[in-house]
Amino acid sequence: MKKLLTICWLSCFAIPAFSQEVVYPAPDFKGKTFITNGTIHVGNGTVIENGNIVVNNGKITTVGASAVSPGSNDRVIDAKGKHIYPGLILANTDIGLKEIANGVRASNDFSELGDFNSNIRSIVAYNTDSRVPAVLRSNGILLANIAPQGGVVSGSSSVVQLDAWNWEDAGYQNDIGMHVNLPSFISRGGGRRFGGFPGFPGAGGDAGGSSATEKVEEIKAFFREAKAYIQEPTHSKINLKLEAMRPLLEKKQKLFVHGDQIKQMLIAIDFVKEFGFDVVIVGGSESFQMADLLKANNISVILDQCMNLPALEDDDIDQPFKTPAALQKAGVLYCINDDDANTRYRNLSYNAGIAATFGLSKEEALSAITLNAAKILGIDKRTGSLEVGKDANIVVSDGDLLDPKSSNVSHILIQGRMTSLDNKQRQLYERYKHKYSLK
Amino acid sequence: MIRKIVPLLLSLLVVRQTQAQETFPVNGVADKRDNCYAFTNATIVKESGNVLANATLVVRDGKIVAVGTQGVAIPKDAVVIDCKDKFIYPSFIDIYTDYGIPGSQRDPAALRAAFNFNAPSQITSNTKGAYGWNQAIRPETEAARLFVVDDAKAKVWRELGFGTVLTHQKDGIARGAGSVVSLANEKESSVIIKERASAHYSFNKGSSTQSYPSSIMGSIALLRQTYLDAQWYKNNAAKEGLNHSLKAWNDLQGLPQVFEAEDKWNDVRAAKIAAEFGVKYIIKGGGNEYQRIADIAALQSPMIVTLNFPAAMDVEDPIDARAVSIADMKHWEMAPGNPAALEKAGINFCLTVADLRDPKTFYSNLRKAIESGLSENKAMDALTKTPATLLGVYDKVGSLEPGKLANFIITSGPVFSEKTTILQNWVQGNKYGVKEDTWNDVKGIYALTITGAGGTSNYTLDVKSGMAANVIGKDTLTGKFSHDGKMVKLNFGTQPTRRPGAGNMGGGMGGRMPAQYRLSGVSNGNSWAGTGEDTAGNKVTWTANWSGAAAVNATSDSARRRPSFAGRIGKVQYPFNGYGWEEAPKAENILIKNATVWTNEKEGKLEGADVLIKNGKIVKVGKNISEDGIRVIDATGKHVTAGVIDEHSHIAAASINEGGQSVTSEARIADNLNPEDINIYRQLSGGVTSSHILHGSANTIGGQTQMIKMRWGANPDDLMFKGWDPFIKFALGENVKRTTSINNNRFPDTRMGVEQILTDAFTRAQDYEKAMKADPGGTRRDLELEALVEILNKKRFITCHSYVQSEITAAMRVGEKFGVTFNTFTHIMEGYKVADKMKAHGSNASTFSDWWYYKVEVTDANAYNAAIMQKVGLNVCINSDDAEMARRLNQEAGKAVRYGGVGEEDALKMVTLNPAKALHIDNKVGSLKAGKDADVVIWSEHPLSIYAKAEKTIVDGIVYFDREKDMEQRKKIAAERFRLSQKMIGEKRSGAPTRPAEPSWQILMGCGDHEHKDGIFTIDAEDIQSQQ
Repeated sequence: MKKLLTICWLSCFAIPAFSQEVVYPAPDFKGKTFITNGTIHVGNGTVIENGNIVVNNGKITTVGASAVSPGSNDRVIDAKGKHIYPGLILANTDIGLKEIANGVRASNDFSELGDFNSNIRSIVAYNTDSRVPAVLRSNGILLANIAPQGGVVSGSSSVVQLDAWNWEDAGYQNDIGMHVNLPSFISRGGGRRFGGFPGFPGAGGDAGGSSATEKVEEIKAFFREAKAYIQEPTHSKINLKLEAMRPLLEKKQKLFVHGDQIKQMLIAIDFVKEFGFDVVIVGGSESFQMADLLKANNISVILDQCMNLPALEDDDIDQPFKTPAALQKAGVLYCINDDDANTRYRNLSYNAGIAATFGLSKEEALSAITLNAAKILGIDKRTGSLEVGKDANIVVSDGDLLDPKSSNVSHILIQGRMTSLDNKQRQLYERYKHKYSLK
Repeated sequence: MIRKIVPLLLSLLVVRQTQAQETFPVNGVADKRDNCYAFTNATIVKESGNVLANATLVVRDGKIVAVGTQGVAIPKDAVVIDCKDKFIYPSFIDIYTDYGIPGSQRDPAALRAAFNFNAPSQITSNTKGAYGWNQAIRPETEAARLFVVDDAKAKVWRELGFGTVLTHQKDGIARGAGSVVSLANEKESSVIIKERASAHYSFNKGSSTQSYPSSIMGSIALLRQTYLDAQWYKNNAAKEGLNHSLKAWNDLQGLPQVFEAEDKWNDVRAAKIAAEFGVKYIIKGGGNEYQRIADIAALQSPMIVTLNFPAAMDVEDPIDARAVSIADMKHWEMAPGNPAALEKAGINFCLTVADLRDPKTFYSNLRKAIESGLSENKAMDALTKTPATLLGVYDKVGSLEPGKLANFIITSGPVFSEKTTILQNWVQGNKYGVKEDTWNDVKGIYALTITGAGGTSNYTLDVKSGMAANVIGKDTLTGKFSHDGKMVKLNFGTQPTRRPGAGNMGGGMGGRMPAQYRLSGVSNGNSWAGTGEDTAGNKVTWTANWSGAAAVNATSDSARRRPSFAGRIGKVQYPFNGYGWEEAPKAENILIKNATVWTNEKEGKLEGADVLIKNGKIVKVGKNISEDGIRVIDATGKHVTAGVIDEHSHIAAASINEGGQSVTSEARIADNLNPEDINIYRQLSGGVTSSHILHGSANTIGGQTQMIKMRWGANPDDLMFKGWDPFIKFALGENVKRTTSINNNRFPDTRMGVEQILTDAFTRAQDYEKAMKADPGGTRRDLELEALVEILNKKRFITCHSYVQSEITAAMRVGEKFGVTFNTFTHIMEGYKVADKMKAHGSNASTFSDWWYYKVEVTDANAYNAAIMQKVGLNVCINSDDAEMARRLNQEAGKAVRYGGVGEEDALKMVTLNPAKALHIDNKVGSLKAGKDADVVIWSEHPLSIYAKAEKTIVDGIVYFDREKDMEQRKKIAAERFRLSQKMIGEKRSGAPTRPAEPSWQILMGCGDHEHKDGIFTIDAEDIQSQQ
């Protein structure tokens, strides 16, 4: 069965040349696509066994268990024995901005100089020809929120779909959120020696506490000035930074607050109270300690990484694994992200998988990388679940997508376009299978 | 009660050069005196446990002439000092100081001089002259030549009762000679008691800016090599030429050797070096020895013990308090018990003022130690006889015996009692006043008579101390009082104050005072007299005469101030953290029943099978095994596998990278294992039973690696995997050519250079082996080359960090030229490109499942790598190189199924049997087979699945991890955190000094290759280094 599929895949997509440059974005598909007889994981908790999905003009038109009858000109994907999922969404990432961070400065476009860069827009630097998206696609990640970094206010992020010729094509929903980084409230004093090596100091330097509070006041002062500025429709001198705050202040954007610490998240609540922002926490390592407060203030959370070490020696050994379950239980809107620099975010679905091992149901874990992410990014009307009327962002896999051993992806559709699963790694695989005459 | 003032009190204020040197001319009239004193009627403690009541001490010319009760003749020319009610002790000796050594202050920047990937290297020493090659080896330093008397500093020690110190320059790994000096304010020539008294060492390179060593294992290697070099230099000085450093090193070997270790495990590490070279160190510990007292006792080394006990933290803010670990809170609670623990373990030790932020806390901390069980006699020995004996100066100081130096203190009572004050400290026959105003106990009731033009008024004066008294007329009156031993001042109003409760004239009453009597006068023992003004400004005279003792106040202050030292004290846990054991788990005989058993043997996967474990070994694997009287675990529906083996890890060590040079084969991970790394426990929870701890990738030939078993709670020796073939880490590519450094000056800078480093190293090793065979006596033993010779002789094996195909091939070809096989290529991201060549060469491969594209040399990294290499026929392992991922290696193996279709049993072998093969330990571990070690995991589900949890992890038949017990442990941790934080809060509320809550940062070691996933209270060791 597996062999057969591989052959099928080769005949569809393999191009007898060796370069990612010949992995083409898929053309628009006008006709209907039928995905038949698969286990449909809708993304909202529902599972449909032996289900069928019909896609027309890039939109989902049918989802259900009732029989469908494709015409002879329709495209059919036989999903018998397979699993069908909504396209996965990477909720906060730097792909297309950061190519090879370490040692290749020229390939980096993710962090701008300056403190208050509200006018910076990630979308204009998003590189569709990066090597990363093709690898992510082959693991079912079809959409990503591309966020700028650096400074205090980093600028605005945009959601892109991962099969495009250029950034204008890629833009799925532009400028969805403004990103702000909160200062650390943790004193870096102390200096417990580790294993007795006398060379290690307490990391020293920037104390939290009062300087952090001052920094927060600076941020709030900036928000207040922007709020005042936009009240006046005409200005003799246009201020680009303040002008760029308009969508946020007019509630057309969310505020993405980057922080892991309890006090940082409490400051985020303060932002809600004073400015009425729709706040998203990015990071949220300690969010399990204050889930009810986050819920009460309608703050949603992008959990950066489930596969992480516990924050403290005394913490439960499985704490990061089970943090999603704590948020789920409290009713917080959260999603799971993958920010692991060594694997370049390809393991998003496995981060959800481990959360399912430690407290979530598998369908809740799936929502945490699909529908919840879409809600947080404000794109849930268009994507995030397999429901009629939404874009056909669909993943078909041989087995459970959340479990590495069975998660081989066989088909992906982005806005109805059957998109290539090829990438340089698969090409190299073919090349060396050829060299060693392997099957 | 005698209330006589000793007339001598203030007579020695003018310091004379009482012991002027013969050779020095005198400016003025010769003024040589014998300086004979007799101290009579004292309680004299000659040494601990030897107390003479009503005794006399006679000193002359700076030395003790006589001490005793009967038959001590008081010389006619002696100045007699009546010491009734006083105690005389030998003054204390501080064995760990840098008193009077200029430029000895430690430079905090130098302290942080760990390896920095980005900074340029300093390859050679900056010390000018005919000295050794390493700037941190400074045995030529002579404290006696650097020493200058510094009376301001001496006073600090004298006021604590010290008369003698050992001083040395606290800088470097070999620090040179120390001198015993007295704390007299005299010329250096007479103050230096022993010019060369000790030799000093540490692991800390101090102010040395030289790149090597950059790790604790590098410091250890440097010390070992220097011992060897110095021995060789004795007979081969002509070959070396003059080397001041080695010469001085040899000269110092006969002296007491003092090692600054500063931590319990460093104590053990230092003692190992000592044992290897037949020396004995006096070890300056870290105050945490109680955490491993059996290991410390086994060293049989005298210790120098700090009284620096951590203050309680302010944990009232629960958010801040969250970051404080049980380990740090417990250390606060238990540190005062450290000296008592050492005493109980029969360890000989000295106490020191060193490390106290405020020396004035010496007595309060010493009393805490005594309250925690340290005997007063041991404390006295630790401050007198023990240091004197260790330094070979017991004939001069350390007790009160005729012939010894007149170094003693006069106190108001037993020296360790809270109410006692030190009155005088005599050093070499010179008196230094400490708190002489309390020589007379001024407390008591006095009849105060004030006489003026208007007549006489009578009051009762109730003196509480030299600073506080009440004046009682009709009422208790307010005012100010002071008595400094001689001069008396008293101000008071005749109207009682309206402020409630302000009866005590303790000074500083505040507010606007009504007109007051202002009296001033002189104390002459029982009777005081003086003049003053009355409330109207009229002149008066006054007298006060002692009339009786004051009523005794029952409660002592200290009992109220320190409630925390009452109550329950937690237990030591092994390791010393929340997840440690109070009692170590024991090996059990276990029958695991009815599981899906992945044997990794030809039997393959057995359904409904059993595994029998006895005496730490697997006895039987198969169906229907029965055994009476042993623990049976029903594993129906569960999976059983051999323990996971991680081929590439950097946990459980105090340092990982010795990057000071391109070849550091002398560095050994084994020298600095840290068995208390919480990641051992966390990885047990992921089924890991053995782990290969590798040196980092900072240099082409890194250090020797160490295989460990995950024996949580063991000491470093017991953590080691017994009976394995030794390995060494090599590395190629970007890291060793320091790609991220802006201005690399360390060879090599290219892969062309890396190949030559390898060629050169093996060439030198071959030459060395020949030379050693030809002339064993004359050839210098070289630890670096010795390790390389072991490789040539197939006694040590290489695991080589590698990425791209060119460097992999080049390394194999160099190896082949020297008959060396690269046993394992680790990372080996382009192994799929040269898998056939690797197979021909005979290498194993240990790779990541799916890492890629975090730097240029992993551009072609490929998730299908493991599958391709396996299909070509290589023995393929999947490793972690990451403390987090090591907990999920079973899932990482699952990725080999997904990327390239490796069979499930073969995939599991990639994290069990295959690493065992690569590490040559497959005869002991890696599969479930009778006779192998009982390293076994019981999984809740299919072991490659992300949904599988290790329920029990067994090492050597010992259940080291049990998920149910872990759940109980969490409750215990919560309870213990609550208990300790409540205790700290109690300490704060009782008014004791506290410090802000300090996060218990975890420092995570890495190889220097890539980022790590860690928590918000974790510091990546590499980040610290690159910040510097």
